[in-house]
Amino acid sequence: MKRFSYHRADSVADAVQALCATPDARIVAGGTNLVDLMKYGVETPSALVDVTRIAALNGIDDTDEGGLRIGALVPNRTVAEDARVTTRFPLLASAILAGATPQLRNAATTGGNLNQRTRCYYFYDTKTPCNKREPGSGCPAIGGVNRIHAILGASEHCIATHPSDMCVALAALGAEVRVEGPNGARRIPFADYHRLPGDAPERDNTLQPGEIVEAVLLPPEAEAFAGHHSYLKLRDRLSYAFALVSVAGALDIREGRIVAARLALGGVAHKPWRREEAEAALVGSPADEAAFAAAATHLLEGARGHEHNTFKIELARRAILRALGQAAAGTPQSQTDKRIA
Amino acid sequence: MLKNDLHVGSPRSRVDGPAKVTGQATYAAEFTAADLAHGYIVESAIARGRILSIDTAAAEALPGVVRVFTHENRPKTAWFDYKYRDMVAPPGAPFRPLSSDEIQYSGQPIALVVAVSFEAAREAAGLVGVSYERQPHETDLDRARHDSYEPPKKRNGIAPPPAPRGDAQQAFGAAPVRIAGEYAIASEHHNPMEPHATTVVWEGGGKLTVHDKTQGVQNSQAYVTNVFGLSGDDVRVVSPFVGGGFGSGLRPQHQLFLAVMASLALERSVRVELTRQQMFGHVHRPETVNLVSLGAGEDGKLHSIQHQAIAATSRFEDHQEVVVNWSGLLYPAEHVDLRYELAKLDTYSPGDMRAPGAPLGVFALESAMDELAVATGVDPVELRLRNYAERDENEDKPFTSKELRACYREGAERFGWSRRDPRPGSMREGRELIGWGMASGVWEANMMKTSARATLTADGRLAIACATSDIGTGTYTILAQIAADALGLPMDAVDVALGDSTLPEAPVQGGSWTAASAGSAVAAACGSLRAALLTRATAEGSPLAGAGADDVIFEGGHVRSLKEPSQVVTLADIVAASGQDRIAATESAGPGLIGMMLPKSHSSYTHSAVFAEVRIDEELGVLRVTRIVNAVAAGRILNPKTARSQILGGVVWGIGMALHEETLTDHRLGRIMNHSLAEYHVPVNADIHDIEVIFVEERDEKTSPIGVKGLGEIGVVGTAAAIANAVHHATGKRIRSLPITIDKIQQG
Repeated sequence: MKRFSYHRADSVADAVQALCATPDARIVAGGTNLVDLMKYGVETPSALVDVTRIAALNGIDDTDEGGLRIGALVPNRTVAEDARVTTRFPLLASAILAGATPQLRNAATTGGNLNQRTRCYYFYDTKTPCNKREPGSGCPAIGGVNRIHAILGASEHCIATHPSDMCVALAALGAEVRVEGPNGARRIPFADYHRLPGDAPERDNTLQPGEIVEAVLLPPEAEAFAGHHSYLKLRDRLSYAFALVSVAGALDIREGRIVAARLALGGVAHKPWRREEAEAALVGSPADEAAFAAAATHLLEGARGHEHNTFKIELARRAILRALGQAAAGTPQSQTDKRIA
Repeated sequence: MLKNDLHVGSPRSRVDGPAKVTGQATYAAEFTAADLAHGYIVESAIARGRILSIDTAAAEALPGVVRVFTHENRPKTAWFDYKYRDMVAPPGAPFRPLSSDEIQYSGQPIALVVAVSFEAAREAAGLVGVSYERQPHETDLDRARHDSYEPPKKRNGIAPPPAPRGDAQQAFGAAPVRIAGEYAIASEHHNPMEPHATTVVWEGGGKLTVHDKTQGVQNSQAYVTNVFGLSGDDVRVVSPFVGGGFGSGLRPQHQLFLAVMASLALERSVRVELTRQQMFGHVHRPETVNLVSLGAGEDGKLHSIQHQAIAATSRFEDHQEVVVNWSGLLYPAEHVDLRYELAKLDTYSPGDMRAPGAPLGVFALESAMDELAVATGVDPVELRLRNYAERDENEDKPFTSKELRACYREGAERFGWSRRDPRPGSMREGRELIGWGMASGVWEANMMKTSARATLTADGRLAIACATSDIGTGTYTILAQIAADALGLPMDAVDVALGDSTLPEAPVQGGSWTAASAGSAVAAACGSLRAALLTRATAEGSPLAGAGADDVIFEGGHVRSLKEPSQVVTLADIVAASGQDRIAATESAGPGLIGMMLPKSHSSYTHSAVFAEVRIDEELGVLRVTRIVNAVAAGRILNPKTARSQILGGVVWGIGMALHEETLTDHRLGRIMNHSLAEYHVPVNADIHDIEVIFVEERDEKTSPIGVKGLGEIGVVGTAAAIANAVHHATGKRIRSLPITIDKIQQG
């Protein structure tokens, strides 16, 4: 672990200033991922900016638009338990509960969840090459141990996946990320927040230098999915494991027909995987298997496996059918039963 | 033979439990000392080659760094290989940390940074620059198995396969029903909760107190004295608590060597603890493939059994386990051919992991038996009863006891086996296919020579001392039970001291032999102490003068006349009357000792019948093990509570083997990639459902004087096979490689 300076920011402006002053500085809040990465020598910032005392980053509040604002510092557990979230945006609460452990969810924050790094084995092992950790060094996951890796949107430089469950739900719900930086505040549609690896896999997201996540905004229209949603996560054990494939499915069904639909995949790409064509294929149809299958076909278009993960393509297709079926039936996947329903 | 008494045979909570849950139990990395320095290991990034140069200047310049040890500057230690060979070492040249520029495996320690803090040592470790000359390596058993060989030197204590009986290949060809398959088990890492660590306390004058994470303090002590040329009086190893062993602490690991080396060189106290990631740089269960062929009649009676195993080992040692012998032991056949071979990989040496060898070979055999049941239409339990071994045909000996029939019967009844529809895929509930499978389990019942001391002090307390460890199995508790009953004391009047190399001699804690061995030693020592107390209690002048052994009872801290209950002396008074502050007795127990068993005349094994229910989502392939019934025959059960915990832990271990555990290696890099508990999966609570443990009645008067056969291993042995057989029953898919992951279920 490299030595680093530590600055406790007392305001967002102070944090932004500190980030601008030290280009390789990192923000720390819960530290559930960053501190591990620093111990492994994967992250070697020369400065940490502690944002945990910034009151403006706290709180879950109703927005003027009728949605919810979740401050970047709000712990995952608090979001998952908040009555406004569980009643108006239950898909989000469910996805959070599918991730990590109670101890981690107590410490991990909303902003930190967005910015957690991949679980690619090679990224974590500094004695191996990795384009994400050390640009230009190569990607040994291609041709290597890649059972957990991406089947969509990967590049010849990186086949890592984004590990978050919460972000898959946020993507499906059409959230926005509010950031503040040296040039002021801006709102980033969730779909544009994380990026595909392309030829710059070292960049996980579209934050600009000096910018910090201030809050996540949930739009009021996403409340329409409160009755028909499911977060289905398939993994190698039933808890405390990252997704092989996860599905966030949300439907607005009126008089037997789908009038709006959201569908996102986790564990399959460098970002939560969503595609307009898949959702369009659902709208106007009855909530039946044929419609779900069409959506799955659109969402998985172009999917490509590597040596050990081709099974994920078929697994994702079946998981989409199941999750949409659960959503349509109004019986979302439980995150506490010791079973997949 | 020991009788069930007030404590023996009754469920008792762990006597060390309160200390553990309140943090009072001190583990190897928790002992401290003045001016303690901290060592952090730098590991090799390549699997085979040479260190061309190693640059420690930047590390040494870091504030707080005391010294960086490499092969270039490390102190001299013993020259001969045998000096490094510990009590349970396999044949070969044991790994010597920092001994040369040669790289033998990825993750090999190549430098030790010692600093005033762990953090400084770790930071400096990251600054050590290494350049390598790479040489071609091999870590893939699929390729290396083509160069397999029969180990030329046998490992001490590991029975090689028996000589072939009949002509198995010919009989297989002639058999009406033939089953043949290849069964593979992934490499696994032990991952005990407590990572390996050693704290060496520099006592001055060349004396060391070593707190080592070990399953044998005297094994660690002997290793240290041999390697560093120290006298036994100068090295004391004290490890009262061990946070899980599972075999990973049987052999001294490299952190012991490095911590002692640094302490001696620096003449100060040093601690070296491994990170969880570094725990993947040493001992592991070897990846193993099995080829099994069964030839049988239409009635399922076996004519021919062929079982060949190829297990991975390191380039420098021939680690060996008993993998195939079980196939000649569990079922009788006229024609038997068992072979065990090794294949060399550029890894650290594999080692013993819970029931070493047995669950690997038994997975193969019991999967094949299930295939035979399907092929012949004979119920799996009935098939095993038709092929029941009444003798150990490998050794041509009778068993000391074998209640495996009762295991099948009681396990099947509790499980509800008779309601099983044998057709694969025939049982379902909603979207889930239900599968019921079963398998047999078997493990050696051994007793090893062990000594113990029992000391009664003037305050009426009884102190038990033995060098054995308690790796979490309940050894402290069962020894307290045995001792309390022997002298009629409450358990809280008994103090048990373990895990100290100065205490009476004990072997490493492994092989499921500790309860039988240390328990018998404690029973013998307490028997001698009781006799000495009786002699004094019935001496002239005592209220019990003239009474014989059968005329008195030891209870509640007293010796009391059975005829005249008012005639009584307290144990404390006996000590006081002796004119000494204590009365002690030390005894040994072990095979071949006077009054002990003659192990050569009989074979002794524990047995089990494991029944498993799986439920598999038909569309998604998600699998859960919803029920396990494990019926165990293991002789006397000293403490049904700790005994049950042993089997529960073994079953969970077996579920992990069946579904989760797999060390993933990138063979191009020759490097283990999932080296963390986030990515190396063991079962979590959500994966565990109902587990029921049955101990069937089994009287065994030959294995150990106290009737105990041991429980540490038997719980894991048949579990993975039973689960795999249940998967077949649910889906019709025979998955012959472990772990059974969702992709294997999907692809079948």
